[in-house]
Amino acid sequence: MSVHEQFAEDLALYALGSLEGAQRHALEKHLDGCAPCRRELELLRGDLSLLALTTAGPKPPARARQRLMSAIADEPRLPVAPASERQQRSWWSARGWPAVRWAAVLALVVVAIGLLRRNSTLQRDLAWQREQFTDQGSRLEQANEVVKTLLDPDAQKIELVAAGNKPQPRGKAIYQRRNRNLIFFASNLPPLPAKKIYELWLFPANGSAPIAAGLFKPDARGSATVVNPPLPESVEAKNFVVTLEPESGSHESPRGTPVIVGLGE
Amino acid sequence: MKIGVPSAGPNAMTSDLALVTASRSGDQGAMTALYDRYSSIVYSVALRVLQDTGAAEDVLQDIFMQLWRNPGAFDATRGNMAAWLAVIARNRAIDALRRRRPENNDIEDVVVSVEHDLASEADRSRTMDKVRGALQAMPAPQRSALEMAYFEGLTHSEIAGKTGEPLGTVKTRIRSGLLTLRRVLAA
Repeated sequence: MSVHEQFAEDLALYALGSLEGAQRHALEKHLDGCAPCRRELELLRGDLSLLALTTAGPKPPARARQRLMSAIADEPRLPVAPASERQQRSWWSARGWPAVRWAAVLALVVVAIGLLRRNSTLQRDLAWQREQFTDQGSRLEQANEVVKTLLDPDAQKIELVAAGNKPQPRGKAIYQRRNRNLIFFASNLPPLPAKKIYELWLFPANGSAPIAAGLFKPDARGSATVVNPPLPESVEAKNFVVTLEPESGSHESPRGTPVIVGLGE
Repeated sequence: MKIGVPSAGPNAMTSDLALVTASRSGDQGAMTALYDRYSSIVYSVALRVLQDTGAAEDVLQDIFMQLWRNPGAFDATRGNMAAWLAVIARNRAIDALRRRRPENNDIEDVVVSVEHDLASEADRSRTMDKVRGALQAMPAPQRSALEMAYFEGLTHSEIAGKTGEPLGTVKTRIRSGLLTLRRVLAA
């Protein structure tokens, strides 16, 4: 029997731990029922172990040895007596200690060792979880800084246009349908006339009525931001439009004139 | 993975077996002897992968503590301890590099099949000379793909992204590299 050629390259990647997703799953399924491929996998792993052994680096520092010895001393294990000795003891115990007492002591020792090992495993898991938590906390902090900068009204927002051109009103909508997240930035908007307000609209892809996505007033430089207005679930957007609307009255459908219109990406 | 090394030298194998058996009985001196014999291999492999002495020391500590807790994980009658520890060190170092949980919490799940004599330092040295020679003789892209996968823990798609080569080419290079190694060692 020989290795199935269609799995040969994947076997090498699997031995390296480099095979992912569906290919990995398919190979594992095949390995369950294919002894030649399992044998080839062991051989590949053997080849790879030789690759590992080619590394030649410095010896570990003396402190590493000391650290291990201390850890071992802190975690002593009870010796397991050879079978012959165990037989002698049980002969003796039949005349001395009641066998049941020995059994109880042994059971306690076994439980204690089990608990020690479990404790050690939990400690390692906890350390790993802490590390992950710290890492995620750090990423979250970075993300918060980005969002704070983007949304800070005091942050300078300077738009660059072709030299000699007058800046035109423009907007950018970033919309994630799955989580109903919408971030909208506008710049160079004209100052609002009296009793007027700008309104952002989401135009659904299915052609249904536009959905109000937030009223806003620009700052003195014509900049404005709308973040996560209330939106219905799973609406695919065809476009976004900003209109100029009366400040008072209903805002359920656009009545004013469009000021900026999306390109409908 | 299991290690099957029927040709390993009897003295060194007996010695490893004796030390593992003594460790199983709680003999700290036996564990110290195993550490003195194999810590350089474990540390070298971990350092090659991690490029960080502190992180390599952590891997070294972790592996020998697991061996202390569960010396039965290594089946000395069927395998070679140097190769087994080298593979475990590589796997643990890659896990640390990628900051992921060890795929196998217990070292006993690792089985390696090596058909070369690695029992003594002299045997190992001879075999390693052959492996290094084979690596040097490989075309550079083949050697590089193999080393990126093995020592950097990159997936084939990551290697393809890094080198700008098609996935199929990367796969073929890795397999060809391994086959070349085997061919050279069998000669």
